[in-house]
Amino acid sequence: MKGGLVARADNMTEKKNAAGPQDNQRDTQLVAPGEDLGESKGHELGHGVIAIDGRIRATKNGRMNVNGNTISIEPRRTAYVPRPGDLVIGYVEGCTNNIWFVDIGAPFNAILPMSLGPSKADFGGTRSVIDIGEAILCRVQEVEETHSSVVTMKGMGLRKIRSGAVENIDPHLLGRLIGKQGKALRQLKEESECRVIVGDNGRLWIDGDFNGTLEVRNRLRSLTAEAKAVTLGGVA
Amino acid sequence: MGYGDVQMIDANGIRNDGRKAGDVRPISIELGVVPVADGSCRMKWGANDVIAAIYGPMEAHPRKIQRQDRAVLDVRYNMAPFSTSDRIRPGFNRRSREISKVTAEALESVVMLELYPRSKIRVEIEIICAEAGTRCVGLTAASVALAHAGIPMTDLVVSVASGKINDVVVCDLNKAEDNYGEADLPMGVLPNSGELAFLQMDGDLSPEEFQEAWDYNMNAAMVIHGYCVEALKTGRYPQ
Repeated sequence: MKGGLVARADNMTEKKNAAGPQDNQRDTQLVAPGEDLGESKGHELGHGVIAIDGRIRATKNGRMNVNGNTISIEPRRTAYVPRPGDLVIGYVEGCTNNIWFVDIGAPFNAILPMSLGPSKADFGGTRSVIDIGEAILCRVQEVEETHSSVVTMKGMGLRKIRSGAVENIDPHLLGRLIGKQGKALRQLKEESECRVIVGDNGRLWIDGDFNGTLEVRNRLRSLTAEAKAVTLGGVA
Repeated sequence: MGYGDVQMIDANGIRNDGRKAGDVRPISIELGVVPVADGSCRMKWGANDVIAAIYGPMEAHPRKIQRQDRAVLDVRYNMAPFSTSDRIRPGFNRRSREISKVTAEALESVVMLELYPRSKIRVEIEIICAEAGTRCVGLTAASVALAHAGIPMTDLVVSVASGKINDVVVCDLNKAEDNYGEADLPMGVLPNSGELAFLQMDGDLSPEEFQEAWDYNMNAAMVIHGYCVEALKTGRYPQ
């Protein structure tokens, strides 16, 4: 099982621009909220910018990316906002007779109904299937307009996490961790001989021996430090 | 001796701390001082020392404070008991309630709350050392901390207070000037648009004096905005 691909963060790894814009025209600049980024005419607005009175304004603190005619900001910090189809790692925080409440790192806890749970359980037997405090690998099924979400454990590789470790990283750094078409992540898995499953909410499940886990942790730490150095103006 | 009788500015226009009428006290900003918070900022402004920490967006509790179409800002301005020479009784009082409310209302005009319905963003402002103008320092520090936390905002809010001492309008009052001066005009400015998010006034100013204080505040806000932006880009100001 070691190193095997059980569940893949497919909506992340397959994205061509997962590591950020690859265009040569890329222009980077550090910006603060409210900063004027030029005329909005002829530009498409990406993440972290809005148009006010025909001018583009930054709404976040981070690096500005110009990719073709799309202007976006790679923020320094972000909160995870769930989207349907996201593979996430959550902790069960509570339950009722037929529902689990799962902390997926978003502003609101997600719900996992028993009908979407891992196995059949009697009414009132939720804790015997997944107990409070346990970690699960699940997928976001639905997100309401009001940000409350439903997760499911029906699907290939979705399971309760019984071994290994769960680590955190800022969600906007996932693109760098995964790399172009998943190259960097594949390399990390091979080097560490660990099974690494990346959740879109910035949580990673690392399953392997001690040294491998340590290697992955060091990589995460260096990635965070690197990102900080970039936003601190070290490397533009 | 009553108010206005204490001599705080000399014939050459030099104030009791050596500043000229339009000068602002020295400012330093440091980000990320509270590692467990989502965003934080420590701002020293003269002898004022303020820490602002941001938590969230998170589920709003109790449920009655939730808004279905936007997030709510839960601002708590608090002065530490040791922040002034007279010990302040811990806990909320009338003044801190008022400042929390006006700070929240000023920040609501820039934070894009509609992106996080039913949520709450906690803004904690703790005054470690108070000289004068702590509401201005608190508001400015909170807006920088919100930007540091990655909360989407259309602008920063920079707040400065000008006032009148011995019939002279001066910028950024210090403690003596605040206590014995004739008027005080704290303002919260959105530096990129030049709009106003917050305005209070204590004492009397003629229309001309008001205009002068307004101009001082606007100019100072633009300068301080530059410091805030530099801090956001590099992690601290000055380097």
